[in-house]
Amino acid sequence: MHGFANPTRFLRLARLLTGPLLLVGLSVAGGAMAYGLFAAPAERLQGETVRILFIHVPTAWLGMGGWTAIAVASLAELVWRHPLAGIAARAVAVPGAVFTAICLLTGSIWGRPAWGTWWVWDGRLTSMLVLLFLYLAYIALGSAVEREGASSRILAIFGLVGAVNIPIIHYSVLWWNSLHQAPSITIGKSAMAPEFLWPLLIALAGFSLLFGGVVLARMRMILADAQAEARLRRMAEEA
Amino acid sequence: MTGVIAPLLLRDLALLAGGRRGNPLLPLLFFLAVAMLFPFAVGPDAPLLARTGGGVIWVAALLAAILPLDRLVAPDLEQGCFDQWALRGIAEELVITIRVLAHWLSFGPPLMLAALPASALLGIGGDTLARVELGLLAGTPGLAAIGVLIAALTAGLRGGAALAGLLLIPLAVPLLIFGAGALATGGASGIALCGAISLVLVAIAPFAGGAAVRAAREG
Repeated sequence: MHGFANPTRFLRLARLLTGPLLLVGLSVAGGAMAYGLFAAPAERLQGETVRILFIHVPTAWLGMGGWTAIAVASLAELVWRHPLAGIAARAVAVPGAVFTAICLLTGSIWGRPAWGTWWVWDGRLTSMLVLLFLYLAYIALGSAVEREGASSRILAIFGLVGAVNIPIIHYSVLWWNSLHQAPSITIGKSAMAPEFLWPLLIALAGFSLLFGGVVLARMRMILADAQAEARLRRMAEEA
Repeated sequence: MTGVIAPLLLRDLALLAGGRRGNPLLPLLFFLAVAMLFPFAVGPDAPLLARTGGGVIWVAALLAAILPLDRLVAPDLEQGCFDQWALRGIAEELVITIRVLAHWLSFGPPLMLAALPASALLGIGGDTLARVELGLLAGTPGLAAIGVLIAALTAGLRGGAALAGLLLIPLAVPLLIFGAGALATGGASGIALCGAISLVLVAIAPFAGGAAVRAAREG
């Protein structure tokens, strides 16, 4: 892991990977969604509305997985003082928030024909909404930390506190009220027909690649920002 | 180490409850003002107010908890008190633990007192009032712990109350769910779970808050 502590080495790899990740991710996710939209059979109970599953479920997983990535990166920053971990955590926040928002949006669009309402105060929906607010709080704290030139470890501490609280929030909200169906896919068994499961897993892989590409692109942007600022400061000192 | 606990606690209490860091009554007045606003918004229908009043008291308590955040940790960081304590070998974790206790003492019990006139305004009484008070007793330590933690995280930042509020609200959701949930259902289990989450937050706050103060101090 510390091999990538050197930004130059990391940037060389990142420059190589960003484009392919974005392209492959976009085409795989797009292909799986096109299959879901045109080729997959209509589901017996849910009818045509089931097709939204191929974007709703991957974005939900990645929205939740995004905070796991923030937690791991924050831990790496706090414990090992890894210089790129903080940048990685900050780079994950915006795509994580966007994916969570897409999940809420598609769920709401699905809920209109299926449940007859745009929004219900259901446990799993509400838990995603609170997660979105946590992402927005994280992004706001991150921009305040950057503006004031404060230590990025402050952001990492909030990332970890959020990670400890997310399971508590999730289960308390579930206990509060739930209408959402129970998870259909858990490790080892699946209640889903294979003609839905496989394209879903392919869509998940595609969206994950896309997520990784966006994170790398954002990390490069943050590093380039820091580099440009350092160069300006050097020029100002020389002048 | 034990010799510093009592002086630190007395100092924090003098600062927070004694009014040298802003009037401690202001969050309570704000709390009452929110409780007063609600009937204006939904109408003076007594059964409706009695049914929703407990939840309103909880929301007002959460909002009132945001107000003192900017004076909990930031002034000590600016004045260099944390540098002095560090020179004396007093751990940031200890200072934050004592700060949580002092903040709760100056915020929790007064809030529970202020909930009495608020519940009279909203027309809730008897059993519901007892559950509100017990829930506040279980929930306010956790609220105080999140408050000090957020105050430590934002101490060096000029983000203002909006940033602190945005950070505090998602973390306070479980307290609200169980505290206010105890009003609707069985009661005792909700209050117990609210207390359990409160204890988790009280356990996290000293370490996270102490690390945040160290990060802010070292820059």
